[in-house]
Amino acid sequence: MSLRSYVIARILLTIPMIMLLLTFVFLVVRVLPGDPASLHFEKQVSPEMLLDFKRRLGLDKPLIVQYFEYLVGLLRGDFGKSMQDFSPVSQQIFSAFPATLELAIFSSIIMVSVGVVLGVQASRSYNSARDHSIRVFGIASYAIPVFFLGEVVIMIFAIYFHLFPAGDRIYPGMAPTGLTIGGLHWSSGLFVLDSILEGNPTKLGVSLRYLFLPSLTLGTVLCGIFIRLTRGNMLETLQLDFVTAARARGIKETTVVYGYALRNAFLPILTMMGLQFAALLAGAVLTETTFSWPGLGRYLVDRISFRDYTAIQGVVVFFGILVAMVSLAVDIIYAYLDPRIRF
Amino acid sequence: MKNEKLQGRIVVQLLPQLRNLRQRGLAGWAILIGAAIVAAMAIMTVTSPWIRPYDPIVINVGPILSPPSAQFPLGTNHLGQDMLSRVYSGGAIMFQVAVLSVIVCLVVGVPIGLFASYLGGYTDKVASLVMDSIYAFPGLVLAIAIAAMLGPGVVNMALSIAVVYVPSYFRIIRSQVLTIKELPYVEAATIMGAKSRTTLFRYILPNVIPSIVAIATINFADAVLTSAGLTFVGLGLPVSTPDWGWDLTYGRRLLPSGAWWVIAFPGLMVVLLALGFTMMGEGLSELFNPRLQK
Repeated sequence: MSLRSYVIARILLTIPMIMLLLTFVFLVVRVLPGDPASLHFEKQVSPEMLLDFKRRLGLDKPLIVQYFEYLVGLLRGDFGKSMQDFSPVSQQIFSAFPATLELAIFSSIIMVSVGVVLGVQASRSYNSARDHSIRVFGIASYAIPVFFLGEVVIMIFAIYFHLFPAGDRIYPGMAPTGLTIGGLHWSSGLFVLDSILEGNPTKLGVSLRYLFLPSLTLGTVLCGIFIRLTRGNMLETLQLDFVTAARARGIKETTVVYGYALRNAFLPILTMMGLQFAALLAGAVLTETTFSWPGLGRYLVDRISFRDYTAIQGVVVFFGILVAMVSLAVDIIYAYLDPRIRF
Repeated sequence: MKNEKLQGRIVVQLLPQLRNLRQRGLAGWAILIGAAIVAAMAIMTVTSPWIRPYDPIVINVGPILSPPSAQFPLGTNHLGQDMLSRVYSGGAIMFQVAVLSVIVCLVVGVPIGLFASYLGGYTDKVASLVMDSIYAFPGLVLAIAIAAMLGPGVVNMALSIAVVYVPSYFRIIRSQVLTIKELPYVEAATIMGAKSRTTLFRYILPNVIPSIVAIATINFADAVLTSAGLTFVGLGLPVSTPDWGWDLTYGRRLLPSGAWWVIAFPGLMVVLLALGFTMMGEGLSELFNPRLQK
């Protein structure tokens, strides 16, 4: 199979997956006991008001009509209206998403680098005390609720030692403006990138300091799988002839390990990053709530307390589409890098 | 006669594998330690009405936010409730949610996995597609959506967690059945005229059970963490129930006061419980799938 036909086949497979997911979420919100509009008011509303409310949200129409409106809306980037104030949910989603993306990027950096370094260390000291303690750490990291770790981290670094801030992304009113050329402004919403584009090192430093604790928390909780993956891979690779040959040529051990052997683990690590993206988003929901990080996860949790079911549906659908897109991208990159998997 | 002979050839790996755990290296020890942790916590939770010094939901049994002291070894929270009593009793909800969600997963996931992969063809393709779509989704987010619609309650929490984990059972069972159904002894059974039902439940299922046990144990750990997560986003049970998840949730607001004891002890309990199940699960999967060992 050529790369092009693989890509086409993979895209065609993504479409039914997304459709199933959209349908599933639609049914969860509409068909599970109790209709969303009455749940929103906890039954304390007159029938006329309820009907008017449903009409404004389009929830009074037959289910099948609602379903098609929902699908057509999504195609246009419309994620529905909020039950709170009838404002479009997509606006909220797109303004909160950069915060989540930034958190996800920095958490992945910590997740992968901590996981890989510890995995390599464990494999180099196979079956020693260090190896065992790294493995125990890896297993323990699965068992820690991310918000508990977040609370501990806030307690130690923010409240006790005052080393790093916790809560929000930057000081109020300090948000970087991004790139300005003449009268034109462009900002990505990623504060680190925007600070660099603005050319403001103070804001860059502050954004990084605010990012540190949440990313550390989320990255640590998710690094376990990378420890295991890297360790297993390195244990095999370090036995191979080319590693022995490199050592025999007198190349420094660090270079042999990181420059030669670790390359073999690159593809599995890349695949795992794609697979972990869903876990990263799920973890971000809890991390954002713990650190009052104004991203999509906190928006979702906010909406839960307002019983805003249409907004909850919008965010969940957005997460679903995002994950499907990322896994599609990872598979395509993987197929490009390793032609064997196309067959 | 025929059947008896065939049954003699079935390799039920579960029980022999679990003998002499202490001689089985790290995996054996992981199972033993994990099981000991889980058993200890289950005993603590069940006996808590007799061992706890105070009623965990009565407020103002002591001063507000008192640090650990002789009278309140784990301190008190913002309502003046005794944290030690709350730690003793706070696991009940999590145990119930976890057990119930694993049962639902077993009842739903195992038959779907067995039938779809045994029958093959379109049934298998459709089931796989549905399961893969759910599997790819961020589990907690989906559980949040379902729990938000179902409303609070132990059964509802368990159901929303179960929906997320059924695909894991499906995938494991499917991969096992696809291998096992090609083995000579299954072929022999078919040739000798065994009915599909007999082949599936008497000859194939017993060999899948070890994997089911392993995945169910890991599912327990996930269910504990997910139920804590659901509570944290505000989808847990009402305040009147002592719950580690609730203590952790409310404890976040108490952080600035420096009251570390309100989160530390319930948090450690959740970690221990999840760790116990994780260790058991990891040990069991290593024991049953030696290929993954190393």
